[in-house]
Amino acid sequence: MSEGWLVLLQQAFSLLLSFDPEVWSIINVSFSVSFAALLITLIPSIALGFVLAFTQFRGRWLVTNLIQTLQSIPTVVIGLLVFLLLTRNGVLGDLKWLFTQKGMILGQMLICAPVLVALSQAAFSSVDRRAWETSRTLGVSWPSAVYVLCRELRVPLLLAVIAAFSRILTEVGCSMMVGGNILNATRNIPTAIALETSKGDFAQAIALGLVLLILALILNFTLGTLRGKAMPRSH
Amino acid sequence: MFTKKSSALLLAASVLGSVAFSPVALADEIIKLATTTSTENSGLLGAILPTFEKQSGFEVQVIATGTGKALKLARQGDVDVVMTHAPAAEAKFVNEGYGIEPRGIMANDFVVLGPKNDPAKINGSKDVNQAFAKIAAKPATFISRGDNSGTNMKELAIWNNANVTTDFNGYTAVGQGMGKTLLMANELQAYTLTDRGTFVAYKAKLDLEIKFDGGEALANPYQIILINPKKYPDLNHKGARALSDWLVSPEAKKMINNYKVQGEQLFKASQK
Repeated sequence: MSEGWLVLLQQAFSLLLSFDPEVWSIINVSFSVSFAALLITLIPSIALGFVLAFTQFRGRWLVTNLIQTLQSIPTVVIGLLVFLLLTRNGVLGDLKWLFTQKGMILGQMLICAPVLVALSQAAFSSVDRRAWETSRTLGVSWPSAVYVLCRELRVPLLLAVIAAFSRILTEVGCSMMVGGNILNATRNIPTAIALETSKGDFAQAIALGLVLLILALILNFTLGTLRGKAMPRSH
Repeated sequence: MFTKKSSALLLAASVLGSVAFSPVALADEIIKLATTTSTENSGLLGAILPTFEKQSGFEVQVIATGTGKALKLARQGDVDVVMTHAPAAEAKFVNEGYGIEPRGIMANDFVVLGPKNDPAKINGSKDVNQAFAKIAAKPATFISRGDNSGTNMKELAIWNNANVTTDFNGYTAVGQGMGKTLLMANELQAYTLTDRGTFVAYKAKLDLEIKFDGGEALANPYQIILINPKKYPDLNHKGARALSDWLVSPEAKKMINNYKVQGEQLFKASQK
């Protein structure tokens, strides 16, 4: 390295603190796409997790295992799938979503949904079923019973949300393939880091890496605090 | 003609074989060459370097990347020799004392691709500046590599000469290699600038045509540049010089001129 890492760090911080428009556009793309994907999938995924945990039906075992498998599919494979769907001669080619944020959101939804379903199913399965049955026999309506249950499980459910969010915020394969890394449109944090590193310009890559690092710290601290509150205090 | 499958098998076998049976090359027998993706992707180096290796006993390890990064690696002394195609950046590299003895090896040319129906009507423009100005005036979608590669630098220089700023609606910087950029331009039915070699290699996959080519402004000369021993005495300067000397020899020139992809000659050896 001809540039010392201290100089690079200094450049990275100045990019962030001077609100360099390119850097902030990239951060903005990352968060808006990932939040959209998360919000669209959140309720249906948790509902499915609930259904899988609390009901018995034929094929439940199959669905559960399928979702477990989907969790571990590499994101580039999901990217390939979405790319083939959206390409000009693909099934959804008429949507013209390839290399747009909409296409990226679709890909990220497919990546985060299995994580949300599997983790919320695990959370719901950990609850004593009798509490649920009691509240139902006492005449509490369906939705409010579910609401009470979700409040009870807010820490593991929040864990599920954060795990899903961090998976889509940091994945590079699908975003690169479906989004195409277009500046000010589909260039997000991970694809920008990949590009800047391949150009040999490390300052912007480090700045964006710092953003992810700071975010991880904030999320972990939040979780830690929540867990602490959820635990019964022992005297 | 081999079929795809058998040639893939042969390739796999030869790779395995060379790994299994080649004695490990000594450090002073290895030449690290930083070059551009276009020379590597077109298959030229794979076709001519083995001859040099046999004659000289050196082993050439190719690091294929964009021109910007290739020169950066050379500047940092991470490679022994560099071969790129961006005259302005190369001149700077030599003037700042990092590179010595730049030699023109060969040239190919750039072409402007566009959709078959040519929405911006650039076919028949008097020069490339006019063609670019028409694309911006329309405004039609134009895909830029946006990765500091030689092609990207060339494209930016043309916009500059055409007095057009690249903030028009439709200018799309993608930060990808040449091949990926062509596929994206095809998907979006956009205009783009490419070297002829990569276009020929991808032609079968593309629904795009050459809408403008020719003229001095689209020439694409490649140079090999040695790295200054005063800056980095411990590099393999002997090997680098041997490679540079061989590339301008009549034998290498003939091989470069005879190299064809799908029946088209990609590179013209320099006449010096």
